Amino acid sequence: MKMLNRLKLYLALCAGSLLLVFTPAAFADEIQDINKLFRQGQQEQALGRVNSYLAGKPKDAQARFLKGLILTEQGKSGDAIRVFSGLTEDYPELPEPYNNLAVLYASQGQYDKAKIALEMAIRTHPSYATAHENLGDIYAKMASQAYDRALQLDRNNAATQTKLALIKDLFSGAAKSGKPGVAPLTEAATVAAPQPAAEPAPAAAVAAPAPAPVEEKPAAAAPAPSVPEPAVPAAKQAAAIKPTDGNGNEVLKVVREWAAAWSSKDAKRYLAFYSVDFRAPGGEKRSDWEAQRRERIAGPKTISVGIKDARVKFSDSTHASVSFKQIYRASHLHNVSSKTLVMVKSSGSWLIQEERSGK
Amino acid sequence: MRIFLLLLALAPSLHPAHAGERGGAPGSRDLEALLVESMLSVSSSKLDTALSEVDSLLKINPKFKLAQLIRGDVLLARARPLDTLGNVPGAEERLEDFRDEARARLQRFNEQPPTALAPKFLWQLNEQQRHAIVVDTSKSSLYLYENVNGQPRYVADYYISTGKKGAEKIAEGDQKTPLGVYFVNASLPRSKLTDFYGSGAYPLSYPNEWDRRHGRNGHGIWLHGTPSDTYSRPPRASNGCVVLSNDDLESLGKVLQAGVTPVIITSQMDWSGEQDQAERAALLREIEQWRADWASLDTSRYLEHYAQNFSSGGMDFSAWAQQKKQVNAAKSWIKVSISNISAFAYPTQPGLVVVSFEQDYSSSNLSNRMKKRQYWMKHNDRWQIVYEGAA
Repeated sequence: MKMLNRLKLYLALCAGSLLLVFTPAAFADEIQDINKLFRQGQQEQALGRVNSYLAGKPKDAQARFLKGLILTEQGKSGDAIRVFSGLTEDYPELPEPYNNLAVLYASQGQYDKAKIALEMAIRTHPSYATAHENLGDIYAKMASQAYDRALQLDRNNAATQTKLALIKDLFSGAAKSGKPGVAPLTEAATVAAPQPAAEPAPAAAVAAPAPAPVEEKPAAAAPAPSVPEPAVPAAKQAAAIKPTDGNGNEVLKVVREWAAAWSSKDAKRYLAFYSVDFRAPGGEKRSDWEAQRRERIAGPKTISVGIKDARVKFSDSTHASVSFKQIYRASHLHNVSSKTLVMVKSSGSWLIQEERSGK
Repeated sequence: MRIFLLLLALAPSLHPAHAGERGGAPGSRDLEALLVESMLSVSSSKLDTALSEVDSLLKINPKFKLAQLIRGDVLLARARPLDTLGNVPGAEERLEDFRDEARARLQRFNEQPPTALAPKFLWQLNEQQRHAIVVDTSKSSLYLYENVNGQPRYVADYYISTGKKGAEKIAEGDQKTPLGVYFVNASLPRSKLTDFYGSGAYPLSYPNEWDRRHGRNGHGIWLHGTPSDTYSRPPRASNGCVVLSNDDLESLGKVLQAGVTPVIITSQMDWSGEQDQAERAALLREIEQWRADWASLDTSRYLEHYAQNFSSGGMDFSAWAQQKKQVNAAKSWIKVSISNISAFAYPTQPGLVVVSFEQDYSSSNLSNRMKKRQYWMKHNDRWQIVYEGAA
């Protein structure tokens, strides 16, 4: 993803979120109350109140989103689809409605439509992790159907219904930070930054070269678009990690320990790698950021974070930045992204001062 | 985006291969099971599992092209929806071959043979026949049985390829595999063959007496191996031969006996039941009666064992009858004993059984020992000989 593109999308998202930012506080409170009802499972009441709210503010994105969730929860897929579709038309820059639309389509077995919706979600927000994860699930489901057809398997599809992640967070982040409007942006930003990860043993882990297809005849050669670039063998990869001076290894060691702490889901140890003056990627307060990180680390059953192609650049003896490919694998999510950690040496230890996605 | 998804696809390939865990080299059934499991994993949307399965398989046997194709699919499935098995643009005909192989192997995996039962066709094995083979072209399978006191006992079965145009060969060049009762005629070592035939070849006795009578021709129907650049071929790939993987042919080669081992080729495997046992007993009694009637020099009773449509080496029933009457008239006594009887029901012709035995004949003016073959046919509830000749 080119930096420029990312920037453009980012701006578009900011613009979109402005619509939400200016929701007056009183209305926001009502939304939060309805949300509470929704989360408590009182869908009838929640629906009644969101409908009366929408009678006064028919365009309100948060209320409509919430209504979509309530309808989904009530099993009214058709109605929910209409609500989320409407949102994608009025707020095409928001990925969440697309994602939820996809979840609903998938639950009806309409994988093609689900796929298109997810692709839209990703187009609006390229690093939107849930949409990527869901799209991966849709592809797997479509692969399943393709194989069932090809092998003439007659399966009872009810059992293999895809379970996708519904986004309920359009404004939950906002409630925490006390800034209702920022929600989608925060969500997106946090996803963009520290989400992805991978194998605990970094270099060795990523190194397996793809066995080149042996088939000489064109027919069976692995499909062109799928042939991955052969991964660099472990030895070479180790060599590729070239610190610019002798202390590079020391910095890299810290980065690996950071990844290991993350992989072991030890939030306390993980957070200890961040300096006191760490700047949260979304500009949140340190405490909000930490709370969110804890939540995200606690969420998946397993996490593994791998580091690949790491490069250390020193600006002076106590300041360095480490750029690497971060390979993140959680229970159901895989992602590879470029990451840069700005590190500072303070009282003898290297700490993370800033964490950026991209180079 | 695509690039990093693809990189991810590599990660699960790190699982250790299962090859070593079993101890000993995995057999073709094990490879097939891994292959099928990987396909079923795709089918249940478990792409990670599928990839590790197919990778373990390819670690053991990188020449398994169908597995390579599936691996390509699994990797591709991370990045976009699959349309089918084998997502390679163009080459549709070859891909259909791979799909056929996938379906055939899936079927073999799902329907393993009932090992306690004997095939309907193996009525009786003689002492020399230490093994017998039944090929089912419809299931792309070759079944190997061991002779245990005359009764077949299941040993193994193997995936095979047969004729491009199917089964029931009729004419030279029709690219079909013959159906019938055959015997392994010879053994050709790898050194005398081109790479195309793989690890060896065993010519079969096609066309047999029954084929010739029905005007079926052609020749060179062999059991043979696979070219060195591939592990297996599609289910329908040969010009009529029965093709095995080289490993399988080598294991089979250890038990095949040239001139002895029967190879029954059917398009519909069936299993022996009580009625088959009763029929077999009835036929064996009838054969004994034929021997006794011949030895008694009662030529008319002897000739009652021959069918009206009998023929042998250009002689029809009346020519045969006339000759036998003449021969017997010149004799004062005959002794006939038969031993080592084998009997195989004909897969394409209900009520037809191929019987072979050693015949020890002595008479007042002539003695000989020979291997004889008869085709017995049940007609109007009576077993009669429709062909007789040297085996």
